[in-house]
Amino acid sequence: MIERIIYFFSDPIAQKVILGVAIIGAISGVVGTFSFLRKKTLIADAISHSVLPGVCIGFIFAGTKDPILLMIGSLVIGWFSVWIIDYISSTTKLSEDTSIALVSTLFFAIGSVLLSFISKSGNAEQSGLKNFLFGKAATMTAFDIQVFAIVSIGILLIVIVFFKPFQIVCFNLEFARSIGVKVRRIEFLLSTLTVLTVAIGIQAVGVVLMSALLIAPAASARYWTNKLPIMVFIAAIFGMLSGVMGVMFSTIKDNMPTGPWIVFALFLFTLLTLLFAPKKGWFSIRKRNKLNSRKIAEENILKIIYHLKEEGNSTISFGNFLEKRTMDTILLEKTLNYLVDIGFLKDSKKLFTLTENGELEAARIVRSHRLWELYLTKRMNFKDDHIHGTAETIEHLITPEIEKELLKELDFPTSDPHNKEIPYA
Amino acid sequence: MSQNSIEVHNLSVAYNRIPVLWDIDFELPKGQIIGIVGPNGSGKSTLLKAIMGLIPLSSGFAKIFDKELDLVRERVAYVPQRESVDWDFPATVEDVVRMGRYKKGKLFNRLSSIDKHLASEAIEKVKLTPYKDRQISQLSGGQQQRVFLARALTQGADMYVMDEPFVGVDVATEKTILELLISMKNEGKTVVIVHHDLQTVSDSFDYLVLLNTRLIAHGPTKEILTEENLQATYGGQLNLLSKIRNIIKNKDFPMREKGFEDK
Ligand SMILES: Nc1ncnc2c1ncn2[C@@H]1O[C@H](COP(=O)(O)OP(=O)(O)O)[C@@H](O)[C@H]1O
Ligand SMILES: [Mg+2]
Repeated sequence: MIERIIYFFSDPIAQKVILGVAIIGAISGVVGTFSFLRKKTLIADAISHSVLPGVCIGFIFAGTKDPILLMIGSLVIGWFSVWIIDYISSTTKLSEDTSIALVSTLFFAIGSVLLSFISKSGNAEQSGLKNFLFGKAATMTAFDIQVFAIVSIGILLIVIVFFKPFQIVCFNLEFARSIGVKVRRIEFLLSTLTVLTVAIGIQAVGVVLMSALLIAPAASARYWTNKLPIMVFIAAIFGMLSGVMGVMFSTIKDNMPTGPWIVFALFLFTLLTLLFAPKKGWFSIRKRNKLNSRKIAEENILKIIYHLKEEGNSTISFGNFLEKRTMDTILLEKTLNYLVDIGFLKDSKKLFTLTENGELEAARIVRSHRLWELYLTKRMNFKDDHIHGTAETIEHLITPEIEKELLKELDFPTSDPHNKEIPYA
Repeated sequence: MSQNSIEVHNLSVAYNRIPVLWDIDFELPKGQIIGIVGPNGSGKSTLLKAIMGLIPLSSGFAKIFDKELDLVRERVAYVPQRESVDWDFPATVEDVVRMGRYKKGKLFNRLSSIDKHLASEAIEKVKLTPYKDRQISQLSGGQQQRVFLARALTQGADMYVMDEPFVGVDVATEKTILELLISMKNEGKTVVIVHHDLQTVSDSFDYLVLLNTRLIAHGPTKEILTEENLQATYGGQLNLLSKIRNIIKNKDFPMREKGFEDK
């Protein structure tokens, strides 16, 4: 396996292909970010399907697979499809989704018909054209890649220069228009970049799957950052790596299309994101839940000890706890040990007493609980036999700031609705 | 030198040929807090968008400071309805407020340190400084509303046109915003606010426009707040108009006859 990978990267033909897909993947990530943020993902899909007849017509004119002519063909048809989608949805009662579906399938059908005509004509190079359906990175020539690189650099420069207009058109179109931005022109430019990216990408990825390379990197990148420039960058990296990995996977067997393998690589990055992304990823959520339940357990135990102390027991055994509250014994033991470790409890032969710090903390929790109960009955008109349950969950969330506000709002009360004393430090 | 902040003449707007505003005519004073009030769906947002040149008009025109909008754009700041944007966009409070310094013709330059300073000042004014690096989706409704307000302040305009700035706002934020609006007025700014509810905050309006598809009344608040006007704005007075609206909707009837335009 490793040998195969080393061989793969040292082969000059493979190197060329890798360079090609790296460029395509990166630029798709960049351009796709804006489609994603404008919620125009369906349009991106429609454009890539629609470009097929453009490629065929370009081929019919050139007689060979010339990247520049193919690109011009794609551009014209891509623009046309965007325009016609817009026209149908603004002049008829059909929704945008419907017109996208109509246009993209119609254009794709026309493209397929043209493709079979070209195959029948027996042109020696027609076999190369079939690869535009699912992509074959190995068919990219050095000249193709040069053209793609130049176009990509052009796209990148436009994105850098137009960054601010793109940003406000994506975020808040009406605001952009209100400060005099020519929104239609910016939208046209963004569609043009999408069409160009599709035109570059379809040879390696295929018209059927190209939209995945536009959208998936952006969708994943959104999880990793809250900053637009960084999001563009991360999407470019995801796109680039997916492209390269897809090509690598596809060399496992001869004559496999690259598009599906690139999509597979994209899926891996999406999975990775859903698992590991900060805050919104699965592991992060799990960790947070764990920390929360540990905090709740700790606070509940301190509170019980405080209650027991109010009733006159200052030394507490396991049994005392379990009389007060049913609790998982393993969790109880673990939490007690932890509270001993951080110095809130003293443990002498499994009999626990509050330390000075523990006493302060326990008083704080009880205070929060009782203040919140008082607030609910006094300000929210809850019945006093209904509040205990809600107060139980909320007390763990009350920060010092909120406590301060509660105290002010309630004017430093001394007892809760059940006439228990509110402890002050 | 005229006294008008906004002049609207003969203005009509239709969506898919269904009229939403009919022949609106009014002139608004400068340097006051002006409320545009009417029930939901009465066309208030549409009126603001028409004034700001964001949607095509079926007829009539709107002028700002007696000029075409394009000539005075930099003197007007528009605050869209909060729900009109996706707050999950990758941006922090500071990013959004700095958009207020994006100016036509300067969109390709970097923001200067003065621009950045103005943005920080506006964030301070709406009391969001502790939140300036927060992702905007992690803010409460009231905080999001203040982000928009700060962006408008950053624009440094003479007139502020705001769509429902009090929606989804808690009492404390409402007070902050009101105080800010009053201090803006004291600096000679004109503040135009769309609001759907006359119960709240309306005593802060100096001038009112009552709207329900057509113009019901406009003038200084004291003169306008009559039982009759309120009935006309919020009551079921529009039966005939809504009937016609439905006919147009069902029959695809053109709102204006082609070839018979008024001279
Ligand atoms: N983009 C639109 N397309 C079609 N109808 C619209 C559009 N925007 C608003 N409307 C309709 O126009 C009417 C007025 O809307 P709007 O101006 O938003 O009212 P308000 O802001 O007073 O609640 C409503 O009936 C609404 O359904
Ligand atoms: Mg509205």
